[in-house]
Amino acid sequence: MKGFKKSYDDKDVHHDVSFYLNKGKCLGLLGGSGEGKSVILRSLIGLESPDGGEIRILGNDTTDFTEDEWVELRKKVSYVFQDGALFDSMTVFENVAYPLIEHTDLSPDEVQRAVYDVLAEFGLEGTEELTKSELSGGMQKRVGLARSIILKPEVLLYDEPTAGLDPANTINIQQIIIQLKRRGNSSILVTHDMPTALAVCDDICLLHDGRIVARCAAEELKTNKDHPINQFMHGAREVFND
Amino acid sequence: MTKALRALQFLGANSVLFKDVTVYTFKGKFYFRLLLDQIYQVGIRSMPLVFIVAACVGMVMTLQFGVGLEKFGGKPYVPKIVSVSFLRELGPVFASLMVAARVGAGFASEIGSMKVTQQVDAYRALGTSPIKVIVIPRVLACLICLPIMGVIANAIGIVGGLMIASVDLSLDPVFYWQRATSTLRLADFFSGFLKTFFFALFIAIPSCYYGLNVKGGTKGVGVATTKAVVMSSILILVGDFILTKAFLVIETWK
Repeated sequence: MKGFKKSYDDKDVHHDVSFYLNKGKCLGLLGGSGEGKSVILRSLIGLESPDGGEIRILGNDTTDFTEDEWVELRKKVSYVFQDGALFDSMTVFENVAYPLIEHTDLSPDEVQRAVYDVLAEFGLEGTEELTKSELSGGMQKRVGLARSIILKPEVLLYDEPTAGLDPANTINIQQIIIQLKRRGNSSILVTHDMPTALAVCDDICLLHDGRIVARCAAEELKTNKDHPINQFMHGAREVFND
Repeated sequence: MTKALRALQFLGANSVLFKDVTVYTFKGKFYFRLLLDQIYQVGIRSMPLVFIVAACVGMVMTLQFGVGLEKFGGKPYVPKIVSVSFLRELGPVFASLMVAARVGAGFASEIGSMKVTQQVDAYRALGTSPIKVIVIPRVLACLICLPIMGVIANAIGIVGGLMIASVDLSLDPVFYWQRATSTLRLADFFSGFLKTFFFALFIAIPSCYYGLNVKGGTKGVGVATTKAVVMSSILILVGDFILTKAFLVIETWK
């Protein structure tokens, strides 16, 4: 992403956001509330239109993408919604099977096998016939994650995957993200949750005042507690004020 | 933004949605199961409401005209007045208003809730079109069900009138039926029947539009629901006037 600009009702939210994601790596995107982290993520798959700048993803310049081109890209770049965004008219099985039914020619048996496999992998056995309202918050996130990876995308975009979860569920989600990273998925993680960012990310960017103000390796943040990003995330917002 | 500008924006956005519905209906995968679900919701589940309203309107009309015309010896004309009124106006309009209230509100609130909970975005993020999955089944269900419901409302209204005429106005049911049906022309039927296709669009398109454009969480869903019902009802009534004028011009075309 280069020189990304976005405004709402004449309010400049982003005026120059630039960053890159290395293949097979996980990039953490941190920042305060209302900084527009999710907007960046949504723009990466065309759910929002930038007002300016360039987004290149998997070698494609998305500036003049048509809806059909976005559809093709969304099979390779998957978005993991904060609350799972499960379809409440469908069961867990139908939710997870949905992308396969839409985009593949698999037989019903093959779809069933694939869905059962991914549900088992995420510890969701026995939930196949449940609906969204019958699932806990953590389970909804895991089902959403299962649905997002069922097409084996190359890039995963996580929008606050651990928000509102208890410590056990948070660790569970962290382990899933690490596991997916090991398989070679590139990913961007938007979060407020510093421990999760440190646990799963390779690099971390800080979004502040409409631009990326700092970027460093997660390892560095683990060892240097006085790093400006650490200070910022612990409330010292003045660190990056010009 | 001025009211005129907002009205223009509404008109433009609904025209674009209508265009998308038309284009996507014939492009790519068709969700037949979702269409059947919506036909059940729109058609079957609205039927009792349409049944009750049509019967009541038929009975009230017959009673009012019967009592009013009796003074002038015009009671025998009641069947004709009621049946023509129903076929040309009351059946389609009342059926559509009932569907607008029930189904339009349902569309806007259901789609609005999906929007608030990011399900609409999820359809897009998963590489599918919310227009195809959410809007088209609802629009087609209205286009299929409303004409049928209009016809049923006509029949129920006339039968309701017949019943009350025989009980309260002492008109012979056979005489009523003969008078009601013998004077009807095909143009009377089609004038009302064709309107229902327009009314279906007046209900489905704005209701889906308001649902898809919900802003401000659950409060926004409530606002969208109210707007959907009000706008659909206004479009039906204003559209009815314009269509009536247009059909009359066509009918009297020499």
